[in-house]
Amino acid sequence: MKMPFAGAIDCDLHPPMPSMAQLLPYVDDYWRDQITNRAIDRMSFAMMSYPPNAPISARADWRAPNTARSDLDTLRAHVLDAFDLRFGIANVMHGAIALHNDDMAAAICRAVNDWLRAEWLDREPRLCGSILVSPQDPAQAVAEIERLASDPRFVQVLLPVMGEKLLGRREFFPLYEAAERHGLVIAVHAGSTYRYAPTIVGWPSYQFEDYVAQAQAFANQTISLVAEGVFRRFPRLKVVMLESGVSWLPMTVWRTDKTWRGARPEVPWVDRWPSEIIREHLRLSVQPFDAADATAVAQTLDRIGSDEMLLFSTDYPHWQFDGDDVLPDGLPPDSLRKILIDNALATYPRLAQGAAAGAVELAREDVR
Amino acid sequence: MNAPFIEQKGRQTLAVVDCDIHPAHRTPGELLPYLEPRWREHYETHGVHVRQALPSALMYPRMMAAGMRADSLPEKGGPAGSDLDLLRRQHLDPVNVEFGLLMALSKGGMEERNPGLAAALSRATNDWQIDRWVREEPRLRAGIVVPQEFPEAAVAEIERCAGDRRYVQIMLSSRPSDPLGHRRYWPIYEAAERAGLPIGLHPVGYNGGHPSTGSGWPTFYLQEHYVFVACMEALASSLIVEGVFERFPKLKVVLVEGGFGWAPALAWRMDKHFEKFRKEVAHLRRRPSEYLREHIWWTTQPIEEPAQARHIVEIIDWIGWDRLLYSSDYPHWDYDNPSFAFKFPMTEAQRRMIFRDNAMALYRLA
Amino acid sequence: MSRHVVCPAAELPPGARKVVVVDGREIGVFNVEGRLHALLNRCPHGGAAICSGVVTGLSQSSGPGDYRLERRGEFLRCPWHGWEFDMATGQSWCDPRRTRVRSFEVKLEAGSDLVMGPYVAERYQVTVEDAYIVVDL
Repeated sequence: MKMPFAGAIDCDLHPPMPSMAQLLPYVDDYWRDQITNRAIDRMSFAMMSYPPNAPISARADWRAPNTARSDLDTLRAHVLDAFDLRFGIANVMHGAIALHNDDMAAAICRAVNDWLRAEWLDREPRLCGSILVSPQDPAQAVAEIERLASDPRFVQVLLPVMGEKLLGRREFFPLYEAAERHGLVIAVHAGSTYRYAPTIVGWPSYQFEDYVAQAQAFANQTISLVAEGVFRRFPRLKVVMLESGVSWLPMTVWRTDKTWRGARPEVPWVDRWPSEIIREHLRLSVQPFDAADATAVAQTLDRIGSDEMLLFSTDYPHWQFDGDDVLPDGLPPDSLRKILIDNALATYPRLAQGAAAGAVELAREDVR
Repeated sequence: MNAPFIEQKGRQTLAVVDCDIHPAHRTPGELLPYLEPRWREHYETHGVHVRQALPSALMYPRMMAAGMRADSLPEKGGPAGSDLDLLRRQHLDPVNVEFGLLMALSKGGMEERNPGLAAALSRATNDWQIDRWVREEPRLRAGIVVPQEFPEAAVAEIERCAGDRRYVQIMLSSRPSDPLGHRRYWPIYEAAERAGLPIGLHPVGYNGGHPSTGSGWPTFYLQEHYVFVACMEALASSLIVEGVFERFPKLKVVLVEGGFGWAPALAWRMDKHFEKFRKEVAHLRRRPSEYLREHIWWTTQPIEEPAQARHIVEIIDWIGWDRLLYSSDYPHWDYDNPSFAFKFPMTEAQRRMIFRDNAMALYRLA
Repeated sequence: MSRHVVCPAAELPPGARKVVVVDGREIGVFNVEGRLHALLNRCPHGGAAICSGVVTGLSQSSGPGDYRLERRGEFLRCPWHGWEFDMATGQSWCDPRRTRVRSFEVKLEAGSDLVMGPYVAERYQVTVEDAYIVVDL
């Protein structure tokens, strides 16, 4: 389905991953020395989850090199202008989050965030950003959130769906506390740091299986967040599942509701139905939408029971759709405005503020 | 208190085939007489060697009576599921079970790390099932437990048992140490296909050496209970994507106690992304969902209970009413009684298929 | 509505329970620290004989990591799936509106009040001197 109107908010798009050479200006002297003398700047940080030349990692017609055009202009042409977007949230899943040296990981994450701000957000007002953090060291992650929170263009904190520990665990609570306090959303994006096999039964032979298995990772994170009481403790927190595939959700919710009825005394802080908690706090981006056809999309939405949980995304440049069929077929026409605009404004306090400020700006322009 | 509950009269009068009944050892030494002397001595000295810190405990203690129906403890002592007479009175008779398929889980060899002991425990467990249960109760059928991590020994055990029709399937743990699509397991499938026996995958309390999630270990049983689903999804995709059904086109796989509500979403996900990965998995000649529908069966317990009954009906319509097999999981805590558990509309024909006919045909029980 | 004498009070001291058949229905009668409860012996969810379940309290919490057992003796936990039911009302804790086990009025009555009738006592000779557990159906 094509974009029905202008002004949509894309909650998941990806600028090209910066090379270490591009990031060098954004690290301090110590890390510049480390990175250059240890030849880290000649390492590729491409993640196993997104092999650079694999079809999933970039749509063929978006790969064509255009040396005459900057990366930003390319992104404008392919996404912001092509779909007439009002905002796009830029997510840079840099491979640094997989490093075992927490300090090096944190230094590179800082550089990625500063690079994103200087080279993308400063140059394109339609872009917002995610604060990339390495969750395995919550204290440094919190420090990074605090460092950047005063910039309203950062609207969420970005974490990979598979890391060292499940995200509900209490050691991550300081992250959630900081995010809630600053009106930032927690974004959980597909991808693994491969600390463990991506499936419960071990290491699959094929990349295809790794990709398929991410849906289970999203389900496990959802249940972890509910079971550990994250939303009881942080009632204003929202978690957005990016590139999750969506259709795993209903069955996960049914099963968790049912198990909770018997297992409730184990987690007495879960004092209402998991389905209610999930409906209130969880959001999912719509690319990809794993459903066979329009009927399956409609069935999935009916099983989710709400059109307020879905957020528009392109997942650019990942190959999730062809041509300009940017939306999955089968979304109810009455829900489109919510999915494309309103749900994002309700989920991201900072976007809502930005939109309100933008409306004032536009009004001023009209007056002039 | 918690005296065994004997069902007076169920609403369900149809004869049923129950595809998941757990027999338990009466005493810790119950398998000893079935072990060769060398392994009896080993077992008594060293016990088992599994991949967890507390080999005799549940790492995620269950909510009810060690995971059992609190009313299933035999009056004469011993653990739940160890008393054939109580199994008859509490389940087989009142529920009108025509055939009951045994799932012998505890210390059967599936998760044992010592290759010799794994094979010995599997042999002992298989002999014990016949000797203690099937011979005494003609409604029961055994499953061939195999030392799955040692495929050569597993094949030998399949060949030892397969001629005896009282064994109706080959049992594998759904927490293997590698995804079951890996080629090292293929000899097991070859033997299964040759024997004409389905493979039954059942969750176990032991892990295969991997955390329950790609992000490490869950904290609570509430989370661990869900990973039965993740196991089945990962194994179904592994068997499909790694080409097992291409290589063994007559192989049939039953996913026991892992839910079925996930099947359409997994198939949609695989099909959708298959396009992008097609060249990587060029050994697949068809879309993943086609293998899923052709080669996989699901048992019903624990039945999905969405708020809207129509949702479950839609899911079964997608899977196929000929693919679901009733299971009770007796004597486990999340037992499904056929009179009460199915809270969605079914035609008489659909009821017959799920409760009896699908299993009769799949396991050739007639 | 009919009054059924299910047993002499002495047969149901505090901590005791009894499953009786009244009018063809199995009913569990409980004496929890002097409070009497009568519940239909069938779980509305899976059909278990619920009155064989554990009588316990309710796990409560003010937030992650905080655990308290409150309202001791007020909840019956189904022996199968562990669903919790408030013994006073029959309501399940998770879904009080839709999932409830049928509960009945039950009280202690003096034999001297009962002999006037009407009542049904299938198995007991009611005498003026004793007290009885009476269930209203």
